[in-house]
Amino acid sequence: MALLSVRGLSVAYAGGTALDSLDLALHRGETLALVGESGSGKSQAALAVMGLLPEAARVSGSVRFDGTELIGLPRPALDRIRGARIGMVFQEPMSALDPLFPVGRQIALPLQAHRGLTRAQARARALDLLTLVGIRDAERRLSAYPHELSGGERQRVMIAMALACEPDLLIADEPTTALDVTVQAQILALLADLKARLGLALLFITHDLRLVRRMAERVAVLRAGRLVETGPTERIFARPQSPEARDLLAAEPRGRKAPVPAGAPVVMAARGLSVSYPGRGGLFTRAAPRRALQGIDLALRAGQTLGVVGESGSGKSSLGRALVRLEPAATGLVRFEDRDLTRLDRAGLRPLRRFFQPVFQDPYGSLSPRLSAGEIVAEGLRVHAPGLSARERDARAAEAFAQVRLDPETRHRQPHAFSGGQRQRIAIARAIILRPKVVVLDEPTSALDRTVQRDIVALLRDLQARHGLAYLFISHDLAVVRALADTVLVLRDGREVERGETAAVLARPREAYTRALVAAADLAPEGQS
Amino acid sequence: MSAAGLSLAGRTRRRLLADPLARASLAVLGLIALACLAGPALTGHAAERIAYDYPRTPPSLAVYPRPETIVPALERLALRMRVRAEDVAVADGTVRLTLASDRPIDERVLTFFSRSDLFGPAAVAARSADGRRLAVTAPVRETRFLLGTDALGRDLLTRILVGGRVSLALGLLATAVALLIGVAYGALAGYLGGAADAAMMRLVDILYALPFIVFVILLVVVFGRSVVLVFVAVGAVEWLDMARIVRGEALSIRRRDYVRAAEALGVSTGAILRRHVVPNALGPVVAYAALLVPKVILLESFLSFLGLGVQEPMTSWGVLIAEGARSIETSPWMLVAPAAVLVATLAALNLVGDRLRAALEPGAA
Repeated sequence: MALLSVRGLSVAYAGGTALDSLDLALHRGETLALVGESGSGKSQAALAVMGLLPEAARVSGSVRFDGTELIGLPRPALDRIRGARIGMVFQEPMSALDPLFPVGRQIALPLQAHRGLTRAQARARALDLLTLVGIRDAERRLSAYPHELSGGERQRVMIAMALACEPDLLIADEPTTALDVTVQAQILALLADLKARLGLALLFITHDLRLVRRMAERVAVLRAGRLVETGPTERIFARPQSPEARDLLAAEPRGRKAPVPAGAPVVMAARGLSVSYPGRGGLFTRAAPRRALQGIDLALRAGQTLGVVGESGSGKSSLGRALVRLEPAATGLVRFEDRDLTRLDRAGLRPLRRFFQPVFQDPYGSLSPRLSAGEIVAEGLRVHAPGLSARERDARAAEAFAQVRLDPETRHRQPHAFSGGQRQRIAIARAIILRPKVVVLDEPTSALDRTVQRDIVALLRDLQARHGLAYLFISHDLAVVRALADTVLVLRDGREVERGETAAVLARPREAYTRALVAAADLAPEGQS
Repeated sequence: MSAAGLSLAGRTRRRLLADPLARASLAVLGLIALACLAGPALTGHAAERIAYDYPRTPPSLAVYPRPETIVPALERLALRMRVRAEDVAVADGTVRLTLASDRPIDERVLTFFSRSDLFGPAAVAARSADGRRLAVTAPVRETRFLLGTDALGRDLLTRILVGGRVSLALGLLATAVALLIGVAYGALAGYLGGAADAAMMRLVDILYALPFIVFVILLVVVFGRSVVLVFVAVGAVEWLDMARIVRGEALSIRRRDYVRAAEALGVSTGAILRRHVVPNALGPVVAYAALLVPKVILLESFLSFLGLGVQEPMTSWGVLIAEGARSIETSPWMLVAPAAVLVATLAALNLVGDRLRAALEPGAA
């Protein structure tokens, strides 16, 4: 008999159906991957199993766990099952941990409450758990607070907490999405290892089909709240039957960028670019400054894309901000065409700003929420073309909308009415309406679903070809970098590790760090994509 | 869905007016304001006129003077005129009576009639040859006190409406001043951050440290006592809180990517504040402003109580409520009536504030 059996599970809100009669079965010791894009209902399914849906949700159907019906189960009975027999790991480990308690206490408290362990016993068990999830120096880490841990360590702590009461089923909701690629690989390996050693059943929820290839025995693909395909992982990867599964499989950005025309002029260059932030000292003590970026040289030619890769904290974003002069702490030389930008003050920089524009990672945070999309896109015109009337500005905004393939009629809506991918198009429209020469793209596709990513990459390539833009493309995602960049620059701890032609670096990385990044990215072979 | 081609202000106004609760609240506020402006001319009473004959009259629709009080009132009047009242007859709103005395009567005593609150100017109908008997007619002055009178017999309705002028003007103007200074100052400090922020907020701290009463007394000493002064004093103090609230918001907003994007476009500081920082800090500002109005109205009554604000015979809601609270045992309506008007105003104001905040939300329909 299946450990978890879901029959006709539906979740509906006032606004519509989030999940439509889902059927799933999960046996002991098995891993089932629930795959779908944002809004496909995969998290709703997990929350319904855990009884964590908001009040407004209307749930119907059946969820049986080891013979017990969970839907409609009264709270005390439900609490004996969830946490104890079903553990859950969330996407964002920082917000799932209480910042005010040491992680050791956070693991130990439920053990004292549920298992009746003494404080010392609970502590010993917490120590075992931290060792189990591969935290180095676990003894000392017991008394660490969440902010003292790295993202990967926090996720390990979350897994330890989920395992504390020795559950039969572990639900992992996008457990690696917020992590760096190399850390991502480690967490996936940890989950696979724990499953094998503890005989867990694992419900693995993700938007990235490629992640589950080596993890799951079976895959269930969701789209728009409906189960569109389910079957053994091998079969789904080899012969996907539904167009949705094929779409997800083919979602890795395809194609390569055309080479830079010979003799293209250098539009932007940097020499010895460094960024360091003042240390956080006390009133009378001054801590050593933290160096985010050290001595980077680069030259961008018209039509060229320089990919910048590295883990979080490697200085990628500092480099991007320093190039577009948004980083007051930057030192070194930044040249745009023949002008030295580092010598210009704010007013002197203003007329030049239209030539180099940034696009940011989070499409939800980069658009002023109370302006209409058209106003946002046209804002640069107020500064750089003050002679335009409001009507002319609006016409230019409509034109920019069409360029990024958004319906110009939607420009009067506010940002909240757009999806993530559409918002990123708006951000791109805001940058290109000024006809810039350099665009700094800071992880523009990281917050997006794979299929949306593919479209944005195609759009970026198209705009580049049409306008001869130079891109500085910052990303931790090598698949996207491969599809967009001519050359790639690998950063670690603010220093250059490796640089070269994209294809060469990805095929034959010289440095160990680059090799780890490439291995973790698990790129599809050249021919296939 | 938001309408096409409207600015933030236009969108917000449209949404606000589409909201029935907001419309009703705005109508209530408008009515109260209109009544305060035009009402005192229509009540038939002057706000400062003291009716010695009607102290502490409870609210009612009845017409005064009551028939049974007319004769005793005439007798009291006669006593003060040192005459006797005889053959008293009341008909059609007029009294006829004969004044009698042992000595000839000086007709000038008839001014006592017009000084009374019950009668109009008296006219001599007939005079006896010896001048010791005077036949007099006088109109009965019919009045109503819808909300009763205070301890001095002044009409409470008129006083509430007149007091509302001061309170509303003060509440709205001082709040507007606090809003204007506080939002501009706080947004600038928060957006600039660093040393500029530290310096600007230290100034706020210094002003905070100044005791309010000492500050007001200082102003009175320098500029003399006036109602305008209350505006200045309240406005000068209340913007500090607003500045702190806005500065906190601005500190977090300035790190958002949309502000970075605006900086990368070369948008000037003023325009960034106007288009990005202030609109996105407005939620808590509106909520606080709606709380500030009642605070200011009550603060004024405190100042007036100390003798630094509005002075008799001028009045305000705060003063009326303070007076009412003192006579709650003998004449509770003196507290209930002005308090009810204040409550209605504040409830409407808070609803408008709440709906305005909702209308400002980007996700609002």
